[in-house]
Amino acid sequence: MESVLAVVIGGLYAAGLYLMVRRSIVKMVFGLALLGNAANLLIFTVGRLTRGRPPYVPPGGTEPLLPVADPLPQALILTAIVIGFGVQAFALVLIKRVYQTVGTDDLDVMTTTDTDSRSSG
Amino acid sequence: MKLLLFLPLIIPLATAVAGLLAWHRRELQRLLSIGGTAALLAAGVALLSAVQRQGVVSAQAGNWPAPFGITLAADLFSAVMVVVAGAMGLAVAVYSLASADIEHEALGYHPLMQVLLLGVCGSLLTGDLFNLYVWFEVMLIASFVLLALGGRREHMEGAIKYVALNLIASAFFLAGIGILYGVAGTLNMADLARQLREVPHGGTVPVIAALLFAAFGIKAAVFPLFFWLPASYHTPPVAVTTIFSALLTKVGVYVLVRIFTLIFVQEAEAGRTLILAAAGLTMVTGVLGAVAQHEMRRLLSFHIVSQIGYLVMGLGLLTPLALAGTVFFMVHVIAAKSALFLVAGIVKRITGTTELGELGGLYEGRPLVAALFLVPALALAGIPPLSGFWAKLALVRAGLAEERYVVVAVALMVSILTLFSMTKIWAEAFWKDRPVREGEPHAHYHPHIPGGARLLLGVPAVLLALATVAMGVGAEPLFRLSLAAADQLLNPELYIAAVLGVKP
Repeated sequence: MESVLAVVIGGLYAAGLYLMVRRSIVKMVFGLALLGNAANLLIFTVGRLTRGRPPYVPPGGTEPLLPVADPLPQALILTAIVIGFGVQAFALVLIKRVYQTVGTDDLDVMTTTDTDSRSSG
Repeated sequence: MKLLLFLPLIIPLATAVAGLLAWHRRELQRLLSIGGTAALLAAGVALLSAVQRQGVVSAQAGNWPAPFGITLAADLFSAVMVVVAGAMGLAVAVYSLASADIEHEALGYHPLMQVLLLGVCGSLLTGDLFNLYVWFEVMLIASFVLLALGGRREHMEGAIKYVALNLIASAFFLAGIGILYGVAGTLNMADLARQLREVPHGGTVPVIAALLFAAFGIKAAVFPLFFWLPASYHTPPVAVTTIFSALLTKVGVYVLVRIFTLIFVQEAEAGRTLILAAAGLTMVTGVLGAVAQHEMRRLLSFHIVSQIGYLVMGLGLLTPLALAGTVFFMVHVIAAKSALFLVAGIVKRITGTTELGELGGLYEGRPLVAALFLVPALALAGIPPLSGFWAKLALVRAGLAEERYVVVAVALMVSILTLFSMTKIWAEAFWKDRPVREGEPHAHYHPHIPGGARLLLGVPAVLLALATVAMGVGAEPLFRLSLAAADQLLNPELYIAAVLGVKP
């Protein structure tokens, strides 16, 4: 299972980075979303995968029978997903506004704030 | 005691919520903004004096014992930073009273500032790495909105670059946190420090350290990952640029210092040359970029990058004097740089432009503004007896003691170039005659700034400029404080003992 997830994570990182180096801002935001998902899956995987062993205390016992799945990585991912959702929603609205204001989705055209010789006069 | 650690979080949060409730009442929002930042400053001072009396203090959220719950902890460095954050918040809030336009205020400018301060204080005080990630996102989302609020083309383009780079950094940070949890099974910073200090690190921990260095290197604008900063920082209103320059990149540096003196101690030792190289290159590229600029705010934005290099240099040297230099430099550069940005805002208000080519004659027409620029500019360059001199002296002496001659030479050379680019602003904006354009009979400015607004714009800049003088002439108390802070940073046992409640 770990090896499958490792390949999936690697694929997500690769796809995310590829999208981010494209010129379109839409693809850039998709790339950011993929990077976030890759990081979440990474936390999930390196936090040890334990199947079918929820960390419950059995009736009458005082502590769960080891080994149990660690609930903390899942809590972390849940938080990260919520934050990622908010940030991505903002990014989507931002690229819509950028498209409306600048009139293009091409990042190579968005150079008016850059500090090269063409614009700094 | 516990309350003191939570107050810097509760106050901006409560102020932000109250500001949101008062959405349509502009005057009330402004009052809340002033009151909230003043209270934050007071809470910061109380926290600092408590830390001075009792050493490192900590509190557990919800009384969950560490390392299971979320820890808040403050040592001298973080307490000093909270005080500075409160002071800068107040200065910018006062300045905003006269500078913020109605359009911005109607879109929640004041509550957003409070959310930004909340994220900053949270990042400074948390003792848990994942919680740090959450505070960073709070800070970032507020800064995203503040940056994009204007809605014009340059705001949009600046925002897209800023947002993209910072989200990539956050993804790195998150990945680093995940792997670290897989290795150590904890994210409490004190617990991590205790676990990682005994064992020699294998291949994974240095990789995590490198990931986190890259993540916070982007956020702090360290070479080679700084290019988003000069492409975006000059676009928003000056008050926003000032608070960004004063706090956002500096929190990045703060976290670098924190994790590399507490958790990744072995990596910091092994990677000193690498960190120093990054510091030196940051200084050089920043100042060279600044020298090439012809617009005040862009020029000053490049100087933010350059000054970050000095802060990182102290971390790379890793001696008590060097870290004290970093702490001192932090306070100095926040005051000096913010004063310069505020003066740039005043110049823009008087003349309607910050393009150096179109400016001129301000020394003749506005001698007070000229003096107000000159003091922090000389402080930034490191002219004695102003604050920058002592900060750079400490770093240079520490560098010489460690026999790191190259970075010392770079630091001194960059100081000269800093002075050069400050002279450039001085000569262009203040000294030379105002270029006469057609249709304007007089070579003088006729601004109509009412007296009250003049006071609100001027007082924060004057106080910050005076702070650089005070920190220079009376450097002793702050320097003592910086040395004590450096001592705490280099003795992580104190932090660990305060958080975990046991002697390690």
